[in-house]
Formats: sequence, C-alpha cells, structure tokens
Amino acid sequence: MRKRKAAVTKRVPLLELAHARSGDKGDTANIGLIALQPDDYPLLVKQVTAAKVARHFKGMITGSVERYELPNLHALNFLLHGALDGGGTISLKTDAQGKVLSTALLRMEIEVAR
Amino acid sequence: MAPVRVAAGQGFWGDWLEAPYRQVTGGPIDYLMMDYLAEVTMSILQKQKARDPALGYAKDFVPALERILPQLVERGIKVTANAGGVNPRACAQAVADAARRRGLSGKVRLGIVTGDDLLERLDQLLADGQELRNLDTGRPLGDVRSRVLAANAYLGAAPVAEALRRGADIVVTGRVTDTGLTLAPLIHAFGWRADDWDALAAGTVAGHLIECGAQASGGNCAVDWDRIPDLANVGYPIVEAHPDGTFEVTKHPRTGGRISVPGVTEQLVYEMGDPTQYITPDCVADFTTIRLAQAGRDRVRVSGVRGRPATDKLKVSIAYFYGYKAVGTLVYAWPEAYRKAQAADQVLRQRLRGLGLEFEAIHTEFVGVDATHGPLARGAANVADIPEVQLRIGVRAADVAPVERFTREIAPLILNGPPSVTGFAGGRPKPEEIVAYWPALIDKRVVQPCVEVLEV
Repeated sequence: MRKRKAAVTKRVPLLELAHARSGDKGDTANIGLIALQPDDYPLLVKQVTAAKVARHFKGMITGSVERYELPNLHALNFLLHGALDGGGTISLKTDAQGKVLSTALLRMEIEVAR
Repeated sequence: MAPVRVAAGQGFWGDWLEAPYRQVTGGPIDYLMMDYLAEVTMSILQKQKARDPALGYAKDFVPALERILPQLVERGIKVTANAGGVNPRACAQAVADAARRRGLSGKVRLGIVTGDDLLERLDQLLADGQELRNLDTGRPLGDVRSRVLAANAYLGAAPVAEALRRGADIVVTGRVTDTGLTLAPLIHAFGWRADDWDALAAGTVAGHLIECGAQASGGNCAVDWDRIPDLANVGYPIVEAHPDGTFEVTKHPRTGGRISVPGVTEQLVYEMGDPTQYITPDCVADFTTIRLAQAGRDRVRVSGVRGRPATDKLKVSIAYFYGYKAVGTLVYAWPEAYRKAQAADQVLRQRLRGLGLEFEAIHTEFVGVDATHGPLARGAANVADIPEVQLRIGVRAADVAPVERFTREIAPLILNGPPSVTGFAGGRPKPEEIVAYWPALIDKRVVQPCVEVLEV
C-alpha cells in the first residue's frame, strides 16, 4: 500500500503552491498563507493544519498555534503564540517582528498528486 | 457621484520621504492619509515631551507637509495624520508656523484631535475599576504601574470626521487608529451613519489596505517579486471609494510597483488575528466577506465587506519601562566560519558565567545560517563551506550593570578567541533601555475625544 501511495503523490515545499506575509502582535506572530492557484486552496486546508504548523516550528515558538480560514481569499491565517522572544522592543531576535516567518512556513512540504 | 480618493502618504514614521510629495503631485487625489504611530512610538514621544514641552510629536511630519502645503491648498487636498503623537497641539502649532512661512495665512484650517492621552488620568481610572489588564498575559496594570511611561486609548474615525465636518483642511491627531485616518474622510464625504456597519467595515478594510503604504502596491510582495516593475519609482496606493462601500485600490499612472489581487491579498492578511473579528473603535469588520477582483491594470476592486456593531471598549496602548538590552556582533570568515562562530559563542558564554552576570535572556544567532529561520534552515544549506558567518549575540536584564559588562566582552574575542574574525568597526555596543508594550481594554464611555478647529 505504501509503495503505491508513493507512486501517485510527491512531496513539494509550500513555496511551489502558496505565498505568504507575516507580521506581529506583541509576542504573537501571524502568517497569512495564500494559495497561488485557487484550485490548490483545499489542499492547504487539508494538509496545513494548526498541529502540522506547530510541529514545523517546534523549538522556535513557546506557545500554541491557531488557524483561521479565509476561503474568499484562498488563504489561511496562522497565529503563532510565543514566537518572538517577548516581541517588539523586548525581543533580542533579528526578526523581532516575525517578518520572515512567512518564508519559513513555505519550507514545509506537503503531498500533492504527481 | 465621483469616487473619493484617499492616498497613502506614509505607512510608518520613517517611511519614504518622497511619498507624500509624489501622491499630491502625481495625479488627482482628495485626501492624503499619513500614519506615523507604531506601538511603542508614543513612549519615545512622551520622553521627548518630558524634556521639552514643545515636543512629543512626529517631527518629520512638519517638513514633509511644508513641502506640499502650496499644492494642498491649490488643489483642495485635505490631510489626515496621527503625527500629533502625545502633543497634537504643538504639532498643529508647528504646522501653522509652516503655513505662515509659505505665505498661506488665512488659507488653512487645522483640526486637532485629542482625548486619547490617559497618562495623567491613570490612577483615577484604576481607582474607578478600569483594571487595564494585559490582553496577552492577563496581568493587572498594577504590576507595572510605577514604570508606566505612556498610556493612550486608540480613538476611531469619528472625531477625525468631525474635524473635517467643521472645515479642517489638515487634521492632526494623537493616537487615532491607522484605519480611522482613511475611514474618516469616507464618513465625511458620504455621510455614512455611525451604525452603517457594512460601510464602516468597508472603509476600515480600505484603511487596512493602505495603512502600510507601498506594502499594498508591490513593496515587500512575495509573488513574482523580481518582475514587479520599477520599485525605485514605486507608486503608493490610493483608495477610490464609492458611497455604497465598494472601492478600488490603485496608484498614480507612470509610477512603479504593481496593484494585483495577490499583492492586495498579502496586505489584507498582514498583522491579522481572527479574520471574522477585525475590531476597531468604529466597527467589527469581517475579512472573510471581502471580495477581490482585478479591474484593470494596477487596479483591484474590493466589494462585499460586511461589518458588525462596534464593541463598548477601546484598546489602550500602554508603554512601560522593562529593563535593558544590548546586541554585539562579530564576523567569522572562511574556512570553518560557522564552527568558529559557534566556538566564540561558547567562549563568550563561559566568560559571562564566570563573571556571575545574571541575565533574563542570552540569545545567539548565526547570521548566514539560522538567524531568520532557526533550526528549519540549519540543515538546508552546506554550512561547512559557508564564506562568512556573523555571530550576533544579545542579552537582556532588569539592571543595566550586567548588560554594560556584556558590551565589554565582545571586542576582546578578536584577539583572544577563535581566528579569522573581523567586523568590529562599529565599536562597543551600547546598552539600550527597553520600553515595552502593554495592550489593554478600557470602557469607551470613560474616554472623551476632543476636536478643535483653528484658523491659521
């Protein structure tokens, strides 16, 4: 069974299917993930779950991940709590405002049909 | 009815100085919206005002405005700007002086919106039962009361619209929401009622789209970024709004950048929380109702926006003294740049421990390897052969003493740490005061916006 599944799907980075913009609200970062093609939006809804995003950013965030759906924009919005070392002026990070967590999410791989 | 055109002239304090001039001279507009206030800007301004009672506003606003004042008057363009910071009256006074210098006495009416500043009232408000708990942590403000430097309620569009109704040409405000600066001209122009939630939500979405300037017109746009034309000459976004709440986002002809559905979508999701509840003092906008359509070159049509009644709270932005931090950097070159930077980090940490210094946090990044994407990036590239790595190490503490001592431990590493190191030309890092942000809510009824209109 596993062999057959491998034959019909392949893993691709989200970079090939979506674009994103991220920003901050205090110590929480948000990442808006937008399907490049509207037809791919259901794939994002199905595979880019809050739990999967939390695993992707393991070790980089101290809090939970929430997900919201915007079908009208073919977009998902993720809130990453505890992502910014205290956020704003407190943070010691180069990316204290989470501006490039957007492309960090686009490193995630999902399964698509071959 | 012709559409009302609101142009973004400034997306934050420090944005492109050329943008306001280009918006005013590049084609027809009715309003110029200029957003200056970020979350901790108010505390910086509060400090400036404490040193000099004539300061405490975004000083860059005055020369930017002076440059365009003749065109504003000639073309009847009105301005909404939250450049007033914690001293809108002093800001208005500086604008009035600029108008006189340009020979425009009698031709400019200034609106001033205040009432947002709660610093003097804070103890009374706490005594009256406004707890001002931190929206993120739930802690009561009492925890940091003695260290509070600024406290400002976010006012909405209503007092700005009131200033326009009373004939103001240039409205200077304190802490008015970014979106309110765009919504107010639309309320004024179209006579939208205070309970026309869909229209107010549409104007709020329009404000959200242009409040970050060129981020809606091709700047910081991920899609096809290397095919977006002429960013050197980027046109800032303009909203062309209709009385029914629909609007288009566009930019002046013969400017660079791009207005596209993907680019506008990126700005819509920027700094978003729950998309069904975008809460402002004016309404609650539902971003899941927004419809976007490309309506021509560099023109996106926005429709369908639905809103709900405003809440009975206002958000309050409180700034308080938190402690100190410093960040030091060194650059390690090939060969084994990453290993050498890692070794230097270990040496430095051992010395800090040896000195018995206490920090709330020590944070190391290897710029070129993991500074932005952390462990997600570390395995991605062949870091063994990387040409150079910047070691960037930061510390944070309640007291200045350990932070100050840390700043003296960077330079020695050049001669007494791992080799092929450089990049200390900037000198010893300086300890920096941390002023932190405390978001809270307050009952709307206890905040009274104040509107004045003055003839110059």
